[in-house]
Amino acid sequence: MPFIPHTPDDIAHMLAVIGAPSIDALFDEIPAALKAKPLDGVPPALCEMDVARLITERAAGDGRLLNFIGAGAYEHHIPAPVWAIATRGEFYSAYTPYQAEASQGTLQLIYEFQSMICALTGMEAANASLYDGASALAEACLMAVRANRGSTSRRILMPRTVNPTYRKVVESITHQQGLELESVDFERTSGRISLDALREMSGEDCAALVVQQPNFFGNLEEVDALTDWAHANKVLLIAVVNPISLALLKPPGEWGEGLDGRWGADIVCGEGQPLGVPLASGGPYFGFMATRMQYVRQMPGRIVGRTLDLEGRPGFSLTLQAREQHIRRSKATSNICTNQGLMVTAATIYMSLLGAAGLASVATTSLTRTAELKAALERVGGVTSAFDAPRFHEAVVLLDRPVAPVLAMLAERGIAGGLDLAPSYPELGHALLVCATETKSHADIETYERALHAALATPHDVCGAA
Amino acid sequence: MSEQVPKDLQYTKSHEWVRSLPNGEVEVGITDHAQSALGDLVFVEVPQVDRKLAAGEACAVVESVKAASDVYSPVAGRVVARNEALSQTPELLNSDPYGAGWLMRIELDAKTPVAALLGPGEYEQFLKESE
Repeated sequence: MPFIPHTPDDIAHMLAVIGAPSIDALFDEIPAALKAKPLDGVPPALCEMDVARLITERAAGDGRLLNFIGAGAYEHHIPAPVWAIATRGEFYSAYTPYQAEASQGTLQLIYEFQSMICALTGMEAANASLYDGASALAEACLMAVRANRGSTSRRILMPRTVNPTYRKVVESITHQQGLELESVDFERTSGRISLDALREMSGEDCAALVVQQPNFFGNLEEVDALTDWAHANKVLLIAVVNPISLALLKPPGEWGEGLDGRWGADIVCGEGQPLGVPLASGGPYFGFMATRMQYVRQMPGRIVGRTLDLEGRPGFSLTLQAREQHIRRSKATSNICTNQGLMVTAATIYMSLLGAAGLASVATTSLTRTAELKAALERVGGVTSAFDAPRFHEAVVLLDRPVAPVLAMLAERGIAGGLDLAPSYPELGHALLVCATETKSHADIETYERALHAALATPHDVCGAA
Repeated sequence: MSEQVPKDLQYTKSHEWVRSLPNGEVEVGITDHAQSALGDLVFVEVPQVDRKLAAGEACAVVESVKAASDVYSPVAGRVVARNEALSQTPELLNSDPYGAGWLMRIELDAKTPVAALLGPGEYEQFLKESE
Protein backbone atom coordinates (compact mmCIF):
# COMPACT_ATOMS: atom_id res chain seq x y z
CA MET A 1 0.00 0.00 0.00
CA PRO A 2 1.52 3.33 -1.00
CA PHE A 3 1.39 5.91 1.77
CA ILE A 4 -0.10 8.67 -0.37
CA PRO A 5 -2.95 10.60 1.17
CA HIS A 6 -5.08 10.71 -1.99
CA THR A 7 -8.34 8.80 -2.20
CA PRO A 8 -9.31 7.21 -5.53
CA ASP A 9 -11.86 10.05 -5.85
CA ASP A 10 -9.10 12.69 -5.36
CA ILE A 11 -7.02 11.04 -8.05
CA ALA A 12 -9.90 10.72 -10.52
CA HIS A 13 -10.78 14.37 -9.94
CA MET A 14 -7.20 15.60 -10.54
CA LEU A 15 -6.79 13.45 -13.67
CA ALA A 16 -10.08 14.81 -15.03
CA VAL A 17 -8.90 18.41 -14.48
CA ILE A 18 -5.66 17.92 -16.42
CA GLY A 19 -7.28 15.62 -18.99
CA ALA A 20 -5.05 12.58 -18.41
CA PRO A 21 -6.62 9.09 -18.65
CA SER A 22 -4.46 7.54 -15.90
CA ILE A 23 -1.47 8.19 -13.64
CA ASP A 24 0.68 5.91 -15.80
CA ALA A 25 -0.17 8.09 -18.81
CA LEU A 26 1.72 10.93 -17.10
CA PHE A 27 4.93 8.91 -17.54
CA ASP A 28 4.34 8.06 -21.21
CA GLU A 29 7.52 9.75 -22.40
CA ILE A 30 9.76 7.39 -20.43
CA PRO A 31 10.72 4.54 -22.79
CA ALA A 32 9.16 1.24 -21.68
CA ALA A 33 12.58 -0.41 -21.55
CA LEU A 34 13.68 1.95 -18.77
CA LYS A 35 10.72 1.40 -16.45
CA ALA A 36 11.11 -0.83 -13.41
CA LYS A 37 9.55 -4.23 -13.90
CA PRO A 38 8.72 -7.04 -11.49
CA LEU A 39 11.93 -8.87 -10.51
CA ASP A 40 12.49 -12.35 -11.90
CA GLY A 41 11.89 -15.00 -9.28
CA VAL A 42 10.25 -12.67 -6.79
CA PRO A 43 6.59 -13.59 -6.65
CA PRO A 44 4.04 -10.78 -6.32
CA ALA A 45 2.25 -10.07 -3.06
CA LEU A 46 4.81 -11.39 -0.55
CA CYS A 47 4.69 -9.83 2.89
CA GLU A 48 7.71 -7.85 4.10
CA MET A 49 9.03 -10.68 6.28
CA ASP A 50 8.89 -13.16 3.37
CA VAL A 51 10.61 -10.72 1.01
CA ALA A 52 13.38 -10.17 3.57
CA ARG A 53 13.88 -13.92 3.97
CA LEU A 54 13.94 -14.51 0.21
CA ILE A 55 16.43 -11.72 -0.43
CA THR A 56 18.72 -12.81 2.42
CA GLU A 57 18.82 -16.35 1.01
CA ARG A 58 19.60 -15.05 -2.45
CA ALA A 59 22.39 -12.81 -1.14
CA ALA A 60 23.93 -15.73 0.74
CA GLY A 61 23.83 -17.74 -2.50
CA ASP A 62 26.06 -15.15 -4.20
CA GLY A 63 28.81 -15.86 -1.69
CA ARG A 64 31.72 -13.50 -1.23
CA LEU A 65 34.27 -13.76 -3.97
CA LEU A 66 37.97 -13.52 -3.18
CA ASN A 67 38.47 -10.16 -4.88
CA PHE A 68 41.46 -9.28 -7.08
CA ILE A 69 39.73 -6.45 -8.96
CA GLY A 70 41.00 -2.88 -8.50
CA ALA A 71 40.62 -0.55 -11.50
CA GLY A 72 39.61 2.49 -9.47
CA ALA A 73 37.90 0.98 -6.42
CA TYR A 74 40.08 -0.78 -3.88
CA GLU A 75 39.32 -3.26 -1.12
CA HIS A 76 41.23 -2.18 1.96
CA HIS A 77 40.78 -3.19 5.57
CA ILE A 78 38.57 -0.66 7.35
CA PRO A 79 39.18 -0.65 11.12
CA ALA A 80 35.90 -1.03 13.04
CA PRO A 81 36.16 2.33 14.85
CA VAL A 82 35.98 4.22 11.52
CA TRP A 83 32.29 3.64 10.91
CA ALA A 84 31.44 3.29 14.62
CA ILE A 85 32.56 6.92 14.99
CA ALA A 86 31.33 8.18 11.60
CA THR A 87 27.79 6.98 12.30
CA ARG A 88 27.51 8.67 15.70
CA GLY A 89 24.59 11.11 15.84
CA GLU A 90 26.95 14.11 15.91
CA PHE A 91 28.44 13.19 12.53
CA TYR A 92 25.74 11.16 10.80
CA SER A 93 24.68 13.47 7.98
CA ALA A 94 25.30 13.38 4.26
CA TYR A 95 25.97 17.07 3.72
CA THR A 96 27.68 20.21 4.85
CA PRO A 97 24.95 21.65 7.08
CA TYR A 98 22.99 24.57 5.66
CA GLN A 99 23.60 26.67 8.75
CA ALA A 100 27.21 25.68 8.48
CA GLU A 101 28.78 27.84 11.19
CA ALA A 102 26.34 26.50 13.80
CA SER A 103 28.03 23.10 13.40
CA GLN A 104 31.59 23.89 14.46
CA GLY A 105 32.45 20.21 14.97
CA THR A 106 31.49 19.30 11.41
CA LEU A 107 33.42 22.27 10.02
CA GLN A 108 36.48 21.40 12.08
CA LEU A 109 36.38 17.84 10.75
CA ILE A 110 36.21 19.10 7.15
CA TYR A 111 39.06 21.53 7.88
CA GLU A 112 41.17 18.65 9.22
CA PHE A 113 40.26 16.63 6.11
CA GLN A 114 41.39 19.47 3.83
CA SER A 115 44.64 19.76 5.81
CA MET A 116 45.31 16.02 5.46
CA ILE A 117 44.66 16.12 1.70
CA CYS A 118 47.09 19.05 1.44
CA ALA A 119 49.70 17.12 3.42
CA LEU A 120 49.30 14.02 1.21
CA THR A 121 49.35 15.89 -2.11
CA GLY A 122 51.88 18.59 -1.24
CA MET A 123 49.42 21.29 -2.30
CA GLU A 124 48.36 24.53 -0.58
CA ALA A 125 44.56 24.38 -0.54
CA ALA A 126 41.99 21.58 -0.73
CA ASN A 127 38.21 21.67 -0.95
CA ALA A 128 35.66 19.88 1.22
CA SER A 129 35.34 17.07 -1.41
CA LEU A 130 33.37 16.32 -4.58
CA TYR A 131 31.13 13.43 -5.65
CA ASP A 132 33.75 10.94 -6.82
CA GLY A 133 37.10 10.65 -8.55
CA ALA A 134 35.70 10.78 -12.09
CA SER A 135 33.58 13.89 -11.60
CA ALA A 136 36.45 15.49 -9.64
CA LEU A 137 38.61 15.07 -12.77
CA ALA A 138 35.89 16.68 -14.91
CA GLU A 139 35.79 19.62 -12.48
CA ALA A 140 39.59 19.79 -12.57
CA CYS A 141 39.53 20.05 -16.39
CA LEU A 142 36.94 22.86 -16.27
CA MET A 143 39.00 24.57 -13.56
CA ALA A 144 42.18 24.33 -15.63
CA VAL A 145 40.49 26.08 -18.56
CA ARG A 146 39.43 28.92 -16.24
CA ALA A 147 42.77 29.09 -14.46
CA ASN A 148 45.22 28.91 -17.37
CA ARG A 149 45.76 32.61 -18.03
CA GLY A 150 48.50 31.88 -20.52
CA SER A 151 46.09 30.16 -22.89
CA THR A 152 42.54 30.63 -24.13
CA SER A 153 42.45 27.03 -25.35
CA ARG A 154 39.72 24.63 -24.22
CA ARG A 155 41.79 21.57 -25.20
CA ILE A 156 42.74 19.03 -22.55
CA LEU A 157 45.39 16.37 -23.21
CA MET A 158 43.85 13.15 -21.88
CA PRO A 159 46.26 10.21 -22.11
CA ARG A 160 44.90 6.71 -22.70
CA THR A 161 46.58 5.59 -19.46
CA VAL A 162 43.86 7.50 -17.55
CA ASN A 163 41.01 5.33 -16.22
CA PRO A 164 38.67 4.79 -19.23
CA THR A 165 35.58 5.33 -17.06
CA TYR A 166 36.98 8.67 -15.90
CA ARG A 167 37.58 9.67 -19.52
CA LYS A 168 33.95 8.90 -20.37
CA VAL A 169 32.63 10.86 -17.40
CA VAL A 170 34.86 13.84 -18.24
CA GLU A 171 33.60 13.73 -21.84
CA SER A 172 29.94 13.64 -20.65
CA ILE A 173 30.36 16.53 -18.21
CA THR A 174 32.60 18.81 -20.25
CA HIS A 175 31.46 18.22 -23.85
CA GLN A 176 28.51 20.62 -23.62
CA GLN A 177 30.84 23.24 -22.15
CA GLY A 178 33.01 23.16 -25.24
CA LEU A 179 36.03 21.31 -23.86
CA GLU A 180 37.98 19.22 -26.33
CA LEU A 181 39.70 16.06 -25.07
CA GLU A 182 42.76 15.06 -27.02
CA SER A 183 44.02 11.51 -26.60
CA VAL A 184 47.72 10.81 -25.97
CA ASP A 185 48.98 7.28 -26.70
CA PHE A 186 51.07 5.06 -24.42
CA GLU A 187 54.24 3.07 -25.02
CA ARG A 188 53.42 -0.58 -25.55
CA THR A 189 56.49 -1.88 -23.72
CA SER A 190 56.22 0.24 -20.57
CA GLY A 191 52.47 0.96 -20.41
CA ARG A 192 53.18 4.63 -19.72
CA ILE A 193 52.40 7.90 -21.49
CA SER A 194 54.56 8.17 -24.59
CA LEU A 195 56.82 11.18 -24.07
CA ASP A 196 57.56 11.08 -27.81
CA ALA A 197 53.85 11.42 -28.64
CA LEU A 198 53.66 14.30 -26.19
CA ARG A 199 56.75 16.07 -27.54
CA GLU A 200 55.14 16.10 -30.98
CA MET A 201 52.49 18.32 -29.43
CA SER A 202 55.01 20.80 -28.02
CA GLY A 203 54.07 24.38 -28.79
CA GLU A 204 50.40 23.59 -29.43
CA ASP A 205 47.88 25.62 -27.49
CA CYS A 206 46.37 23.46 -24.71
CA ALA A 207 44.89 24.27 -21.32
CA ALA A 208 46.04 21.21 -19.39
CA LEU A 209 47.64 17.77 -19.39
CA VAL A 210 46.11 15.03 -17.22
CA VAL A 211 48.49 12.55 -15.59
CA GLN A 212 47.15 9.64 -13.54
CA GLN A 213 49.70 8.31 -11.03
CA PRO A 214 49.77 5.37 -10.68
CA ASN A 215 48.06 5.06 -14.06
CA PHE A 216 45.12 2.81 -14.92
CA PHE A 217 47.49 -0.13 -15.57
CA GLY A 218 49.07 0.37 -12.14
CA ASN A 219 52.29 1.67 -13.76
CA LEU A 220 54.19 4.68 -12.46
CA GLU A 221 54.31 7.50 -15.00
CA GLU A 222 57.45 9.59 -15.52
CA VAL A 223 55.81 12.43 -13.62
CA ASP A 224 58.87 14.70 -13.39
CA ALA A 225 59.42 14.79 -17.16
CA LEU A 226 55.68 15.15 -17.81
CA THR A 227 55.34 18.05 -15.37
CA ASP A 228 58.32 19.89 -16.82
CA TRP A 229 56.98 19.35 -20.36
CA ALA A 230 53.62 20.80 -19.31
CA HIS A 231 55.12 23.89 -17.72
CA ALA A 232 57.53 24.47 -20.60
CA ASN A 233 54.52 24.51 -22.91
CA LYS A 234 52.31 26.77 -20.72
CA VAL A 235 50.04 23.81 -20.02
CA LEU A 236 48.63 23.26 -16.53
CA LEU A 237 49.26 19.83 -15.03
CA ILE A 238 46.29 17.96 -13.53
CA ALA A 239 47.34 15.02 -11.35
CA VAL A 240 44.91 12.16 -10.67
CA VAL A 241 46.25 10.24 -7.70
CA ASN A 242 45.43 7.33 -5.42
CA PRO A 243 45.66 8.78 -1.89
CA ILE A 244 47.02 5.54 -0.41
CA SER A 245 49.92 5.58 -2.89
CA LEU A 246 50.94 9.05 -1.69
CA ALA A 247 52.19 7.50 1.55
CA LEU A 248 55.08 6.18 -0.57
CA LEU A 249 55.25 8.21 -3.78
CA LYS A 250 56.47 11.76 -4.31
CA PRO A 251 53.55 14.17 -3.69
CA PRO A 252 52.28 15.85 -6.88
CA GLY A 253 53.17 19.24 -5.40
CA GLU A 254 56.84 18.25 -5.82
CA TRP A 255 56.72 16.72 -9.31
CA GLY A 256 59.19 18.03 -11.86
CA GLU A 257 62.69 19.45 -11.70
CA GLY A 258 61.33 22.98 -11.47
CA LEU A 259 61.21 25.30 -14.41
CA ASP A 260 61.41 29.08 -14.01
CA GLY A 261 60.61 28.52 -10.35
CA ARG A 262 57.51 26.51 -11.26
CA TRP A 263 57.23 22.91 -10.29
CA GLY A 264 54.64 20.45 -9.20
CA ALA A 265 51.12 19.76 -10.34
CA ASP A 266 48.74 22.71 -10.58
CA ILE A 267 45.58 20.77 -9.71
CA VAL A 268 45.42 17.43 -7.90
CA CYS A 269 42.29 15.30 -7.73
CA GLY A 270 41.33 11.69 -7.15
CA GLU A 271 39.02 9.09 -5.73
CA GLY A 272 38.85 9.03 -1.93
CA GLN A 273 37.23 5.59 -1.61
CA PRO A 274 40.43 3.74 -0.58
CA LEU A 275 40.47 5.84 2.63
CA GLY A 276 37.96 3.89 4.70
CA VAL A 277 34.98 3.77 2.36
CA PRO A 278 33.61 0.28 1.56
CA LEU A 279 33.36 -0.93 -2.06
CA ALA A 280 29.55 -1.06 -1.72
CA SER A 281 28.83 -1.97 -5.37
CA GLY A 282 30.31 1.31 -6.62
CA GLY A 283 29.24 4.06 -4.25
CA PRO A 284 28.74 6.39 -2.58
CA TYR A 285 32.40 7.36 -2.82
CA PHE A 286 33.97 10.81 -2.72
CA GLY A 287 36.32 12.87 -4.83
CA PHE A 288 39.00 15.17 -3.51
CA MET A 289 40.70 18.20 -5.04
CA ALA A 290 43.62 20.42 -4.12
CA THR A 291 45.48 23.25 -5.80
CA ARG A 292 47.91 26.12 -5.31
CA MET A 293 46.83 29.33 -3.59
CA GLN A 294 47.16 31.24 -6.87
CA TYR A 295 44.31 29.18 -8.34
CA VAL A 296 42.16 28.82 -5.23
CA ARG A 297 39.43 31.14 -6.52
CA GLN A 298 38.99 28.90 -9.54
CA MET A 299 38.51 25.78 -7.42
CA PRO A 300 34.94 24.44 -7.29
CA GLY A 301 33.14 23.24 -4.17
CA ARG A 302 33.01 24.23 -0.56
CA ILE A 303 36.07 25.29 1.40
CA VAL A 304 36.24 25.51 5.19
CA GLY A 305 38.59 28.07 6.67
CA ARG A 306 39.95 28.68 10.16
CA THR A 307 39.33 32.09 11.63
CA LEU A 308 38.97 34.07 14.87
CA ASP A 309 35.68 35.25 16.32
CA LEU A 310 35.01 38.70 17.82
CA GLU A 311 36.55 37.63 21.12
CA GLY A 312 39.66 36.29 19.39
CA ARG A 313 38.76 32.63 19.84
CA PRO A 314 39.55 30.22 16.99
CA GLY A 315 36.62 28.95 14.95
CA PHE A 316 35.74 27.60 11.52
CA SER A 317 33.62 29.02 8.72
CA LEU A 318 32.88 28.40 5.07
CA THR A 319 35.18 30.65 3.10
CA LEU A 320 35.67 32.00 -0.44
CA GLN A 321 31.95 31.61 -1.01
CA ALA A 322 31.92 34.39 -3.59
CA ARG A 323 33.04 31.68 -6.10
CA GLU A 324 29.92 29.69 -5.43
CA GLN A 325 26.56 29.37 -7.08
CA HIS A 326 24.43 30.95 -4.34
CA ILE A 327 26.44 34.19 -4.67
CA ARG A 328 28.07 34.19 -8.09
CA ARG A 329 25.00 32.77 -9.88
CA SER A 330 25.64 31.87 -13.51
CA LYS A 331 29.33 32.78 -13.22
CA ALA A 332 30.01 30.42 -10.31
CA THR A 333 33.08 28.20 -10.70
CA SER A 334 30.81 25.13 -10.73
CA ASN A 335 27.34 23.93 -9.84
CA ILE A 336 28.88 21.91 -7.00
CA CYS A 337 27.57 23.50 -3.80
CA THR A 338 27.92 20.54 -1.50
CA ASN A 339 30.32 17.79 -0.56
CA GLN A 340 30.28 14.11 0.40
CA GLY A 341 30.16 14.86 4.11
CA LEU A 342 29.67 11.38 5.50
CA MET A 343 32.32 9.72 3.32
CA VAL A 344 34.76 12.51 4.20
CA THR A 345 34.00 11.95 7.88
CA ALA A 346 34.93 8.27 7.53
CA ALA A 347 38.07 9.10 5.52
CA THR A 348 39.24 11.69 8.06
CA ILE A 349 38.77 9.20 10.90
CA TYR A 350 40.54 6.51 8.84
CA MET A 351 43.55 8.75 8.18
CA SER A 352 43.65 9.90 11.82
CA LEU A 353 43.60 6.33 13.13
CA LEU A 354 46.23 5.03 10.73
CA GLY A 355 48.51 8.03 10.79
CA ALA A 356 51.40 8.47 8.39
CA ALA A 357 53.07 5.20 9.43
CA GLY A 358 49.82 3.24 9.12
CA LEU A 359 49.10 4.58 5.64
CA ALA A 360 52.65 3.79 4.56
CA SER A 361 52.23 0.27 5.89
CA VAL A 362 48.98 -0.23 3.93
CA ALA A 363 50.67 1.10 0.79
CA THR A 364 53.82 -1.02 1.21
CA THR A 365 51.91 -4.21 1.94
CA SER A 366 49.62 -3.64 -1.07
CA LEU A 367 52.59 -3.01 -3.33
CA THR A 368 54.38 -6.12 -2.08
CA ARG A 369 51.30 -8.36 -2.38
CA THR A 370 50.69 -7.22 -5.95
CA ALA A 371 54.31 -7.98 -6.85
CA GLU A 372 53.83 -11.43 -5.32
CA LEU A 373 50.55 -11.91 -7.18
CA LYS A 374 52.10 -10.86 -10.48
CA ALA A 375 55.00 -13.28 -10.01
CA ALA A 376 52.65 -16.09 -8.99
CA LEU A 377 50.36 -15.62 -12.00
CA GLU A 378 53.30 -15.42 -14.41
CA ARG A 379 54.46 -18.83 -13.15
CA VAL A 380 51.26 -20.25 -14.65
CA GLY A 381 51.73 -21.57 -18.20
CA GLY A 382 50.10 -19.26 -20.75
CA VAL A 383 50.53 -16.10 -18.65
CA THR A 384 53.07 -13.39 -19.46
CA SER A 385 53.89 -9.91 -18.23
CA ALA A 386 52.42 -6.98 -20.20
CA PHE A 387 54.62 -4.06 -19.18
CA ASP A 388 58.10 -3.47 -17.77
CA ALA A 389 57.52 -0.16 -15.90
CA PRO A 390 57.65 0.16 -12.09
CA ARG A 391 54.24 -0.34 -10.48
CA PHE A 392 52.20 0.38 -7.39
CA HIS A 393 49.47 -2.10 -6.42
CA GLU A 394 48.05 -3.16 -9.80
CA ALA A 395 49.52 -5.04 -12.74
CA VAL A 396 48.54 -6.19 -16.22
CA VAL A 397 49.18 -9.79 -17.29
CA LEU A 398 48.57 -11.28 -20.73
CA LEU A 399 46.74 -14.59 -21.15
CA ASP A 400 47.06 -16.98 -24.08
CA ARG A 401 43.30 -16.82 -24.72
CA PRO A 402 40.33 -14.43 -24.27
CA VAL A 403 40.00 -13.21 -20.69
CA ALA A 404 36.21 -13.21 -20.19
CA PRO A 405 35.67 -17.00 -20.20
CA VAL A 406 38.67 -17.47 -17.89
CA LEU A 407 37.20 -14.96 -15.42
CA ALA A 408 33.91 -16.89 -15.54
CA MET A 409 35.73 -20.11 -14.63
CA LEU A 410 37.56 -18.35 -11.78
CA ALA A 411 34.25 -16.96 -10.50
CA GLU A 412 32.92 -20.52 -10.28
CA ARG A 413 35.84 -21.21 -7.93
CA GLY A 414 34.95 -18.18 -5.82
CA ILE A 415 37.52 -15.79 -7.24
CA ALA A 416 36.96 -12.37 -8.81
CA GLY A 417 40.10 -12.57 -10.93
CA GLY A 418 40.49 -9.01 -12.17
CA LEU A 419 39.27 -6.73 -14.94
CA ASP A 420 39.20 -7.79 -18.60
CA LEU A 421 40.90 -4.94 -20.49
CA ALA A 422 39.74 -6.07 -23.96
CA PRO A 423 36.70 -3.76 -24.14
CA SER A 424 38.77 -0.63 -23.37
CA TYR A 425 42.17 -1.64 -24.80
CA PRO A 426 41.62 -4.12 -27.66
CA GLU A 427 45.18 -3.45 -28.90
CA LEU A 428 46.62 -5.15 -25.81
CA GLY A 429 45.12 -8.52 -26.74
CA HIS A 430 44.05 -10.80 -23.90
CA ALA A 431 45.02 -8.43 -21.10
CA LEU A 432 43.91 -8.80 -17.50
CA LEU A 433 44.27 -6.08 -14.83
CA VAL A 434 44.80 -7.50 -11.34
CA CYS A 435 45.20 -5.97 -7.90
CA ALA A 436 46.13 -7.29 -4.47
CA THR A 437 45.84 -5.03 -1.43
CA GLU A 438 46.87 -5.74 2.16
CA THR A 439 43.60 -7.70 2.49
CA LYS A 440 45.04 -10.58 0.40
CA SER A 441 47.15 -13.14 2.23
CA HIS A 442 49.91 -15.31 0.77
CA ALA A 443 47.40 -18.18 0.91
CA ASP A 444 44.84 -16.13 -1.08
CA ILE A 445 47.44 -15.52 -3.77
CA GLU A 446 48.29 -19.23 -3.93
CA THR A 447 44.59 -20.01 -4.21
CA TYR A 448 44.35 -17.69 -7.20
CA GLU A 449 47.48 -19.15 -8.79
CA ARG A 450 46.11 -22.72 -8.51
CA ALA A 451 42.68 -21.71 -9.84
CA LEU A 452 44.23 -19.91 -12.82
CA HIS A 453 46.47 -22.90 -13.48
CA ALA A 454 43.38 -25.15 -13.56
CA ALA A 455 41.47 -22.73 -15.79
CA LEU A 456 44.30 -22.43 -18.31
CA ALA A 457 44.99 -26.16 -18.27
CA THR A 458 41.58 -26.57 -19.90
CA PRO A 459 41.87 -26.60 -23.71
CA HIS A 460 40.97 -23.30 -25.36
CA ASP A 461 37.78 -24.49 -27.02
CA VAL A 462 36.26 -25.55 -23.69
CA CYS A 463 36.77 -21.94 -22.59
CA GLY A 464 34.83 -20.80 -25.60
CA ALA A 465 37.86 -19.29 -27.32
CA ALA A 466 37.73 -19.00 -31.07
CA MET B 1 26.98 59.77 3.54
CA SER B 2 27.31 61.41 0.19
CA GLU B 3 29.31 59.53 -2.40
CA GLN B 4 32.02 61.30 -4.32
CA VAL B 5 31.62 61.89 -8.05
CA PRO B 6 34.72 63.79 -9.24
CA LYS B 7 34.02 66.40 -11.92
CA ASP B 8 36.97 65.50 -14.17
CA LEU B 9 35.87 61.89 -14.93
CA GLN B 10 33.32 60.15 -17.11
CA TYR B 11 31.08 57.30 -15.93
CA THR B 12 28.98 54.28 -16.93
CA LYS B 13 25.66 53.00 -15.64
CA SER B 14 27.49 49.89 -14.42
CA HIS B 15 29.51 52.18 -12.07
CA GLU B 16 32.89 52.31 -13.77
CA TRP B 17 34.80 55.58 -14.11
CA VAL B 18 37.04 56.63 -17.03
CA ARG B 19 39.91 59.14 -16.84
CA SER B 20 41.48 60.52 -20.02
CA LEU B 21 45.28 60.55 -19.70
CA PRO B 22 47.52 63.09 -21.49
CA ASN B 23 48.95 60.38 -23.80
CA GLY B 24 45.50 59.48 -25.14
CA GLU B 25 45.11 56.34 -23.06
CA VAL B 26 42.35 55.99 -20.48
CA GLU B 27 42.43 54.82 -16.87
CA VAL B 28 39.49 52.79 -15.57
CA GLY B 29 38.22 52.03 -12.08
CA ILE B 30 35.01 51.53 -10.13
CA THR B 31 33.17 54.40 -8.48
CA ASP B 32 32.90 55.34 -4.84
CA HIS B 33 29.25 54.26 -5.01
CA ALA B 34 30.27 50.82 -6.32
CA GLN B 35 32.94 50.20 -3.67
CA SER B 36 30.60 51.35 -0.92
CA ALA B 37 27.80 49.04 -2.14
CA LEU B 38 30.18 46.06 -2.33
CA GLY B 39 31.68 46.55 1.13
CA ASP B 40 35.17 45.43 2.17
CA LEU B 41 36.95 44.07 -0.90
CA VAL B 42 39.04 40.95 -0.41
CA PHE B 43 40.09 40.12 -3.96
CA VAL B 44 40.43 41.91 -7.28
CA GLU B 45 41.18 40.22 -10.57
CA VAL B 46 42.38 42.53 -13.33
CA PRO B 47 42.90 41.56 -17.00
CA GLN B 48 46.24 40.55 -18.48
CA VAL B 49 48.26 43.26 -20.17
CA ASP B 50 47.79 43.16 -23.97
CA ARG B 51 44.29 41.71 -23.70
CA LYS B 52 41.96 43.26 -26.31
CA LEU B 53 38.65 44.38 -24.89
CA ALA B 54 35.33 45.22 -26.52
CA ALA B 55 33.23 47.99 -24.98
CA GLY B 56 30.91 46.40 -22.43
CA GLU B 57 33.02 43.23 -22.11
CA ALA B 58 33.37 41.75 -18.63
CA CYS B 59 37.09 42.11 -17.93
CA ALA B 60 37.70 42.25 -14.19
CA VAL B 61 36.19 40.79 -11.04
CA VAL B 62 35.87 42.53 -7.69
CA GLU B 63 35.07 40.31 -4.75
CA SER B 64 33.98 41.44 -1.32
CA VAL B 65 33.22 39.34 1.74
CA LYS B 66 29.62 39.04 0.56
CA ALA B 67 29.55 39.37 -3.22
CA ALA B 68 31.54 39.14 -6.41
CA SER B 69 30.84 41.42 -9.36
CA ASP B 70 32.11 41.80 -12.86
CA VAL B 71 33.63 45.03 -14.06
CA TYR B 72 32.82 45.92 -17.68
CA SER B 73 35.20 47.76 -19.95
CA PRO B 74 33.69 51.18 -20.72
CA VAL B 75 35.69 51.42 -23.96
CA ALA B 76 37.13 49.23 -26.69
CA GLY B 77 40.89 48.90 -26.73
CA ARG B 78 43.97 47.08 -25.49
CA VAL B 79 45.03 46.76 -21.85
CA VAL B 80 48.43 48.48 -21.49
CA ALA B 81 48.78 48.40 -17.69
CA ARG B 82 47.02 46.87 -14.73
CA ASN B 83 47.20 47.84 -11.10
CA GLU B 84 49.45 45.12 -9.69
CA ALA B 85 49.17 46.52 -6.16
CA LEU B 86 45.57 45.28 -5.96
CA SER B 87 46.57 41.62 -5.81
CA GLN B 88 48.12 42.18 -2.37
CA THR B 89 46.08 45.18 -1.21
CA PRO B 90 42.54 45.01 -2.67
CA GLU B 91 41.38 47.41 0.08
CA LEU B 92 42.90 50.27 -2.00
CA LEU B 93 39.64 50.10 -3.94
CA ASN B 94 37.72 50.95 -0.78
CA SER B 95 40.07 53.62 0.54
CA ASP B 96 40.90 55.45 -2.72
CA PRO B 97 38.59 54.33 -5.57
CA TYR B 98 39.54 57.21 -7.88
CA GLY B 99 43.28 57.15 -7.16
CA ALA B 100 45.40 54.27 -5.87
CA GLY B 101 42.45 51.91 -6.50
CA TRP B 102 42.54 52.24 -10.32
CA LEU B 103 42.11 48.91 -12.16
CA MET B 104 43.71 49.21 -15.60
CA ARG B 105 44.86 51.51 -18.38
CA ILE B 106 43.56 51.01 -21.89
CA GLU B 107 44.87 52.17 -25.24
CA LEU B 108 41.76 53.06 -27.22
CA ASP B 109 41.02 51.13 -30.38
CA ALA B 110 41.30 53.77 -33.11
CA LYS B 111 38.74 52.02 -35.30
CA THR B 112 35.98 51.88 -32.70
CA PRO B 113 34.23 55.12 -31.79
CA VAL B 114 33.99 55.66 -28.03
CA ALA B 115 30.44 54.94 -26.87
CA ALA B 116 28.59 57.66 -25.03
CA LEU B 117 29.69 57.83 -21.40
CA LEU B 118 27.95 59.75 -18.62
CA GLY B 119 29.24 63.12 -17.42
CA PRO B 120 29.55 63.66 -13.64
CA GLY B 121 26.19 65.47 -13.50
CA GLU B 122 24.44 62.73 -15.44
CA TYR B 123 25.98 60.01 -13.24
CA GLU B 124 24.90 61.82 -10.05
CA GLN B 125 21.40 62.09 -11.49
CA PHE B 126 21.50 58.37 -12.38
CA LEU B 127 22.52 57.51 -8.79
CA LYS B 128 19.64 59.61 -7.41
CA GLU B 129 17.14 57.95 -9.72
CA SER B 130 18.35 54.45 -8.83
CA GLU B 131 18.04 55.00 -5.10
